[in-house]
Amino acid sequence: MKITLTPKFYMRLSLVLAVLLWLIGTLIDILQLLAVRSEVDLGISPIVIQLIECIFLIFVMVYFRYRVKSVESGNFIDLLWRVFATGLITTIISLVIVLFYSSISGTPLAENQFVKVFFDDLNKALISVFLISTFTVWKRLILYQRSKRLIYYWNIFELAVVLSVFFSLTGLTLLSSLLFDLIFAAMAIMAILLSGNLKWVAYLNFKQKWKGILLILLITIYIFYFFNSLYISPGDVEGTFETFDSLFILVLFTFVLFYSIFSLLVILFNLPTSSVFEKKMEEALNFQRLSQSISQGENEEEIFEVLLMSSMSAVYADAGWVEITSNEKDTQFITKHISREEINTVKELVLSAKSRTVMKNPFLSEDRSDRVIVSLKKYHYRSVFVVPITLQNDVIGFMYLLNEVSESFNKEMINIINTFASQASVAVENFRLMGKAIENQRYQEELNIAKSVQRALLPESLDHNQAFEIHAFTEAAAEVGGDYYDTFKLDDDRFAIVIGDVSGKGTSAAFHMSQMKGIFQSLVQMDLSPKSFLIHANTALSNCLERTSFITLTYYIIDTKKRVVDFARAGHCPTLFYHKKKNRAEFLENKGLGLGIMRNDSFGNFIEESQFKFDKDDILVLYTDGISEAKNHENEEFGFDRMLNLLQQNAHYDPVMIQKVFISKLYEFCHEVDLDDDYTMVVIKFK
Amino acid sequence: MIEINKITENNYLLITVSGEADASSSIHLDKAIREAMDENGPNILVDCTQLEYISSAGLGVFMSYIGEISNRSINFIIFGLSEKVLKVFGILGLDQLLTIKADKEEAKAALNAV
Repeated sequence: MKITLTPKFYMRLSLVLAVLLWLIGTLIDILQLLAVRSEVDLGISPIVIQLIECIFLIFVMVYFRYRVKSVESGNFIDLLWRVFATGLITTIISLVIVLFYSSISGTPLAENQFVKVFFDDLNKALISVFLISTFTVWKRLILYQRSKRLIYYWNIFELAVVLSVFFSLTGLTLLSSLLFDLIFAAMAIMAILLSGNLKWVAYLNFKQKWKGILLILLITIYIFYFFNSLYISPGDVEGTFETFDSLFILVLFTFVLFYSIFSLLVILFNLPTSSVFEKKMEEALNFQRLSQSISQGENEEEIFEVLLMSSMSAVYADAGWVEITSNEKDTQFITKHISREEINTVKELVLSAKSRTVMKNPFLSEDRSDRVIVSLKKYHYRSVFVVPITLQNDVIGFMYLLNEVSESFNKEMINIINTFASQASVAVENFRLMGKAIENQRYQEELNIAKSVQRALLPESLDHNQAFEIHAFTEAAAEVGGDYYDTFKLDDDRFAIVIGDVSGKGTSAAFHMSQMKGIFQSLVQMDLSPKSFLIHANTALSNCLERTSFITLTYYIIDTKKRVVDFARAGHCPTLFYHKKKNRAEFLENKGLGLGIMRNDSFGNFIEESQFKFDKDDILVLYTDGISEAKNHENEEFGFDRMLNLLQQNAHYDPVMIQKVFISKLYEFCHEVDLDDDYTMVVIKFK
Repeated sequence: MIEINKITENNYLLITVSGEADASSSIHLDKAIREAMDENGPNILVDCTQLEYISSAGLGVFMSYIGEISNRSINFIIFGLSEKVLKVFGILGLDQLLTIKADKEEAKAALNAV
């Protein structure tokens, strides 16, 4: 069997050992008696008997150490009850023995030495058990509010007590030995000093204090009874028990007695003030409730209810209500012991009352934010306290506290109510903020959905053939953006490519971008020339763009058979083109106008269609102004020249690498400045 | 930030725009031009000498008056655009639709030539 060394195991082990030792001790005593009678020397030294007694006491101490667990606030009375119960049992047993003795006195049994020894030992054991259990409980009470110093002193005392168990081995007695007297005096002084630690008494409420007094009184009576039965030989049953002249027992008696008397007196003197203490505790708890109310998912009404209840109990109000005005008209009432009719009467009386004390709110100048105490005459409520409830410097409502006694609100109460009211405001504010946060969270989720929807509008793979490589990159400043690019295969050799940018940013830009996508997808199938594509797109957009919105766009048709590119530019940034043969990059500038600027037939007049030839390793870079107009912290733009140089220096790379170099250079340039525009680039390299 | 001032000089209204015309500040620009179009005579000069930056929203404001300018035969002349801002106007194609002059003298000359 596996034995686990839990406290419970130690507890049981020490109990078993203690009982065993007591039995052995008693047995030896009886045997000794028998031996003396038969004049046989058992050869057992008295030291051994005393040692057994000592070890018995130690085990009892260990047992109670595990048995009496440390105190949690509120179970003081349980502990006292336990001491009382132990005392009751031991006293009853002891009384039964005494009664038994007195009933058999005169009979041969009373003269029987064996019976006497047995009862003597039993009595001793009972007293020890009672004293040790009381000692352990007192220890827990003393150490309830522990400081380093207290623990230090206590440990010294406890060690001394344990050592005093073995003092009996010296055979010295109280009356005959000075050493005994001195040690006893020193330990008694320590015991008395430690008995001053009675902080737990403050945590008892009124009812518990009465219970405590009763229990400790009874415990004190037991102590006196035992003390009496041990040291003051009773006249009638003279010599019933052997005197128990042990330092350990004496010290325990002293300590247990002093602590009992001290606690009794302290509890008694604390009785009248306990209601004040309880009141303060209740206020603290109410305050805590107010602060916690939001975290428990309560709503505003419940917060105000807690405020009203706490405030009413804090000032002993007879009635009261909270009125909260939300959105100008709606007034919500939370009432206690008062009807709506009465509320109206009280409000009228308050307005007309002459006797009023006004306390200005130091943070707000408005008259509404003043706290007012009004004395009413000829009405059953004699005093009214009006407390404004403010939220972010706005008065959102009032709390009225009514009392049938005149001048019933003292300064202390006013302060508490103010604290309650401001705490409630904080709770409501937090509650509202939390609501907003949740709402924002929802918007954020909606935006994330929009983001993935928009992402799907951009092509996943770009149409191309063996004659060129193409790579695209895009990034939006917000979740959604207004940049657009797309490709379409017109036939085996011809590809339409578009890049565009919607004016503005964010959600509105994203909507226009998706319109543009629709327009591109429908118009591109008509296989229009770049210029007529733009004219058609302008007509389509003119009806749906807002007055100040426009879209810039460049439309390209790459013909890989003729190796030419036709393009028209609707106000979009000029295309960056790299000639391999000239080893030079340039911007392809031609006449153009943004879509939606000219919303009539004359639009075509402002568009110019151009064509250029391409050769192997020529590069076309399409981009949006998020790249060319990106600014660093010195307000300098990334600019066209930098882009030109970058392309010239990196023209030997493939499109993916070129894009990576551009974007990393862009980030490097902007450094710590956030990019606040959408930016897109499409790189085409011809083969 | 944008700062807009309006002064009536001789036979025209002079609107001075300084600072940056971005998404938020363009609202003020729009309001100023709207008022000028509604309340003042047919001659409006816009001084952009101090205009450091114009975003697409700012361009959108100018763009939105193009139709009205030609319909009501208003002489709407912008001058003093910095090279950078002028380039932005040019890329978008607004230079084809709006009268843009280099400086105040040229703008006044253009006004008197009409």
